[in-house]
Amino acid sequence: MKTNIKFIQGNEVFAKAALYAGVQFYAGYPITPSTEIAEILSEVLPKRGGKFIQMEDEIASICAIIGASLTGLKAMTATSGPGFSLMQEAIGYAVMTEVPLVVVNVQRGGPSTGMPTSVAQGDVMQARWGTQGDHSIITLTASNLREAFNMTVEAFNLAETFRTPVILLFDEVLAHMREKIIIPGPGEIEVVKRLRTSVPKGTNYHPYLTREDGRLPMSDFGGVHRYNVTGLVHDMWGFPSTDPKVAYDLLHHLVDKLENHAELLARYKKYYTEDAEILLVSYGSSTRSALHMIEARRKRGLKIGLLELQTLWPFPRQTVRRECDGRSHVLVVEMNMGQICQEVKKAVSEPDKVFLANRIDGIFISPVDILRALNMIQGKGV
Amino acid sequence: MAVKDYLRQRFFPQIWCAGCGHGIVMGGMIRAIEQLGLDKNEVVLVSGIGCSSRVAGYLDFHTMHTLHGRALAFASGVKLGRPHLKVIAPMGDGDALAIGGNHLIHAARRNIDVTAIIMNNSIYGMTGGQTSPLTPFTKRGTTAVFGTIDHCFDIAQLAKGAGASFVARTTTYHAKEMIKMIHDAINHKGFSLVEVMSQCPTYYGRKNDLGAAVDMMKGFRDGTVRKGSKKLEEHPEFVERGVLVNEARPEYVSSYMDLIEKLRGERENLEQGAASR
Repeated sequence: MKTNIKFIQGNEVFAKAALYAGVQFYAGYPITPSTEIAEILSEVLPKRGGKFIQMEDEIASICAIIGASLTGLKAMTATSGPGFSLMQEAIGYAVMTEVPLVVVNVQRGGPSTGMPTSVAQGDVMQARWGTQGDHSIITLTASNLREAFNMTVEAFNLAETFRTPVILLFDEVLAHMREKIIIPGPGEIEVVKRLRTSVPKGTNYHPYLTREDGRLPMSDFGGVHRYNVTGLVHDMWGFPSTDPKVAYDLLHHLVDKLENHAELLARYKKYYTEDAEILLVSYGSSTRSALHMIEARRKRGLKIGLLELQTLWPFPRQTVRRECDGRSHVLVVEMNMGQICQEVKKAVSEPDKVFLANRIDGIFISPVDILRALNMIQGKGV
Repeated sequence: MAVKDYLRQRFFPQIWCAGCGHGIVMGGMIRAIEQLGLDKNEVVLVSGIGCSSRVAGYLDFHTMHTLHGRALAFASGVKLGRPHLKVIAPMGDGDALAIGGNHLIHAARRNIDVTAIIMNNSIYGMTGGQTSPLTPFTKRGTTAVFGTIDHCFDIAQLAKGAGASFVARTTTYHAKEMIKMIHDAINHKGFSLVEVMSQCPTYYGRKNDLGAAVDMMKGFRDGTVRKGSKKLEEHPEFVERGVLVNEARPEYVSSYMDLIEKLRGERENLEQGAASR
């Protein structure tokens, strides 16, 4: 088989991976630095019989993909900071109504308009808690384009498996850098199809009745089963309810279906961790500088390793605790004011040993930045 | 089929106040759909939030009760996703014209084949009687106890200006006229909008001394005139009823399907697509 080697931009990789995963519907609104995803899919989707629509704003974009997903199509949108803020209400609707979809957020400097063409990782907590009310959500990321391809396919798979929106939290560096990538052939990566109900026509179908294995088979709008979808607290038929037990059970279902599988959902990579006394924890593009610094220090005999998180939410607490406990220092490397650092502190046995190496000025964090932070916590001066 | 065959009777009684006009609009929608002979599985109702949005839950179609103002954005996704479906969006005046105004004008601009039924009662009913963008100048609501100094939209003119290819206006008093208009709107290929002036005796009527539901409906009878009638010439202050726009113009989803056909050299078989699911 001919190997499909490409040297392409991150946003193009995300688009190609979405197509590999079977995306059939895209709605979006232009915003830097994610616009290329829309441009590419506007050209490719109609050639494949898929649908692309440029909506009037990001609110309309996510609403349109929820509608399309309910008709049985794999659907996605892509945006950046301000657009991601606008989508939050409808992300909550997708959580509540259990509609599978994928949202790519290419993070840029914030808050507000911030620095549109600069890198940041400041939307980690917004991905988790941006929409109101108790809920859970899946958020994935990656540090190189090969892994970004895999994580994008994974996002579609998990959205279908758990009937939930999945956030792909990339960043400006990853989206705009170019890297060699081998595009996998058909079948090389598993693609999960939508689970549809086997309940025949004329028999009652319950859209929100969980199967024994925890999954909820769907029925497409326009199919033989007519049901109601609402953002109100609802029963297994999808009808509004004010029954306290229905509300309690629904909230627990929405949170437990993901949080109880946090370790199953944990995607991570370990580098040089076996003998490491110092452990770095990073994710997204900042992982690249962390790894570069580690490899340089290793040559000088420093026992240092790296845990790269690819699943940010649900937070892989057990994995982080297992990997961090017993190290002399844990240094979290990220481009925000400590959003994941706080989660690591909550997860480990000795939070006082957890430190932050960060940059928040729109400049990509460098190996030297991380080394300076490491020297400081080791009392070696700056 | 009888009217009751379209109702999800187990979810009755409905929540609307005594005298509310929305039930008349819901009845009109059912009768129009029945006259069109549509299969229940072909129809998708997408509503927003408010008193009007509850229509979706009560009717036995594929139904979505979505977010305040966003019904037409969700509806656009459903229609483009599965073009063979008839997509109808029951909305309120605050829902469609305030928070959802942007989606309304863009759905009209695209001329996407979705039917918007706007129940205009000039007030926010579900939240207790606040003024809406359809509350006329000087009329009262709980957020304008001295009479509003806001000016109101003309829904029909707005939709027409934005590019809707079918626009009609009627009232709950003119129930038979309403059925015909909704029938023709659903049948129309392109974005269609029917504004139905609907009474809210509980809030709008009470705050503005308009009497009970029947008095308010008599107000619709006496304060509106048929399009093109002589009475309108004599009384330009009356509200015009009728089909105000009905034009054939390229429809968004059809244009998209043409594009796919051009690029692929084949037309997607919509019915087959539906059956395979």
